[in-house]
Amino acid sequence: MESLLSVRSLQIRYGAIEAVRGIDFDIREGEIVAFLGANGAGKSSTLNALVGLVPVAGGTVVFNGSDITDWRPEALAPAGLTLSPEGRRVFGTLSVAENLMMGAYCISDKVAISEAWERVYSLFPILYERRDQLAGTLSGGQQQMLAVGRALMSNPNLLLLDEPSLGLAPKIVGQIFNLISQLRDQGVTIALVEQNVSMALEIADRGYVLSSGRIVSEGTSAELGQSGTLQSAYLGAE
Amino acid sequence: MDLLLQQTVNAIALGGTYALLALGLAVVFSIMGLINFAHGELMTIAGYVLMYCGLAGVPFVISVPLAISASMVAAVLMERIAFRPVRNGSGATMLVTSFAVAMILQVLFQNLISARSQAVMLPQILSDSVRVGGLVIGVNKIAAIVATVVMLVFLDWFMKHQKTGIAMRAAAEDFAVARLMGIRANTVIAGAFALSGLLAGVAAVLWVSQRASVDPLMGFMPVLKAFIAAILGGLGSLRGAVAGGFLLGFIEIYLAAFLPREFQEFREPIGLGLVVLVLLFRPNGLIPSAALKAEKV
Repeated sequence: MESLLSVRSLQIRYGAIEAVRGIDFDIREGEIVAFLGANGAGKSSTLNALVGLVPVAGGTVVFNGSDITDWRPEALAPAGLTLSPEGRRVFGTLSVAENLMMGAYCISDKVAISEAWERVYSLFPILYERRDQLAGTLSGGQQQMLAVGRALMSNPNLLLLDEPSLGLAPKIVGQIFNLISQLRDQGVTIALVEQNVSMALEIADRGYVLSSGRIVSEGTSAELGQSGTLQSAYLGAE
Repeated sequence: MDLLLQQTVNAIALGGTYALLALGLAVVFSIMGLINFAHGELMTIAGYVLMYCGLAGVPFVISVPLAISASMVAAVLMERIAFRPVRNGSGATMLVTSFAVAMILQVLFQNLISARSQAVMLPQILSDSVRVGGLVIGVNKIAAIVATVVMLVFLDWFMKHQKTGIAMRAAAEDFAVARLMGIRANTVIAGAFALSGLLAGVAAVLWVSQRASVDPLMGFMPVLKAFIAAILGGLGSLRGAVAGGFLLGFIEIYLAAFLPREFQEFREPIGLGLVVLVLLFRPNGLIPSAALKAEKV
C-alpha cells in the first residue's frame, strides 16, 4: 500500500543543537501511527517540521505525492495536512464557533463547510452547547476537544495530534482517546505524539520510538508493547 | 455647566480622533509587534491629497474618499516595501525601520512639496456652528464625533462578523497556529495595514478640518499622542486603544479649559503626569491585551 506521508532522512536543528538526526518513517492511509519517547526525543519537533512551523534542516517530506518539505504552514491545511498543536493553543479571545470557523478558513466550498460543522458538532456536542462562549473560558478537556475539532474543520487527510492528553484528568483522557479511534473509523489518518504510552499503543496500529532524535524502534503496537526498547527509550538508555 | 458641556463635546471630538489613530497603531501592533511611527506620515499624505484636490477644485465629497484611499494605498505599500523584509526581525529593528520610513517621507514632502505649511481649502460649512440648547457646536466637531462613531461601529462589525476580521483577531493571539489553519500571513498583515491606513486617513480628514492646513511634520504630534493613548489603554488591545484615546482627549481638553491660567504653561507635563499616574495603578493599561500574559514583578 502506498504511503500517504513519507519522510526520509529528516533533520531538525535549533541553532547548534540537533533535535532530530535523520529519521525515516511512513504513514499509510487509514492508520493511526504513534510516536513515542521521552521528553526531548524530537517527537514534537518532527510534527512541527512536517507542518512548517520549524524549518527542516535536511531530508524530504512527501505528502500525497507532493514534496512539501519547504512549504509554508498556510499552504498545508488546504493540501489536507493539519496539526492540533501541543498545549491546545485555542484562540482564547475568540468564541468556540469562531475558533471552528477559523479551522475551516481554507475551505471555500459551502457544502463542505456545513458538513464539517455537522461532523464536529456531532463528535463534540459540548462544543455546540458552548458555541458562543469564549474559548479561553472552557475547561482543559473542552479546549482539547475544540483544538481537535478546529483541526478537523479543514477536512484533513492526515491529522497530526501533539500530546492530546497533556494535562487532562484520566476520565477525560479516555474520552479523547475514544474520539481518536472514532475519527479513524471515519477515515481520517492520524499521527499521534503521546506521553501516555499504554493508551497510545491501545489505539495505534503502529508506532515509532524516538530517543535523542533517532528512531530506535518501530513496529506494530503489539510488538512495541512487548519489546524492551520502549522502557530503555523512556529511561534514556541507548 | 454650559462650559463643561461645551468642553465635553470638544473632548469627545479630540479623543475620538486620538482613538482612531491609536486603533490604527494597535491593529498593526497586535498582529506583528510593530509600533509604526510612520503612521503619522499616512495622515500627512491624506492631508496633501486634500490640499491638491482643493487646488484642483475637486468637490470635498470626492476629495475625502480620495484622501482616505491614498492613505490606505500608502499603508499597504509601506508594508510591502519597508516592513515585509524585516518582518522576522526584532521589535527594535522594526521600530527603527518605521522611524526611517517616517523621516524619508518627511524629507520627500519638504523637498517635493514645500517645507512650509500649506493652506487646505475646506467647505464653508465646516467652519459654521450650530446651536444645540445653550451650546454652540462647530460643524467640524460634530463631523468628528459622527465619523468616529461610524468608524468604531464599522471596525467592531468587521472584526466580529467578517472572516478576515476574525482571522486578524486569531492571528493577533497566535500567529503560528493561525497560519496552520491556512490563514495567509501576508493577507492578514496587509489587511492590518490597509485598516490602519483607513483609520489614519479618516483621522487626517478630521485633523485637517480643524486646522485647515497641512505641513510635512503634521502627522508627528497626533501620532505621538496616539502612541501615548495606545499605551494608556493597553498596547495591542483594540478596546484599550479606544479607551486610551478618549481618556487622553478628555485630559487634554479639560486641562486646557479648567486649569488656572498660571498653570497653563505646565499643561502638557501635568497631562502626562496624569497618564503616568494611571499607569502606576494599571501598568498594563486600562484594558490590557489578552495576548499579554506575562506579569513582571
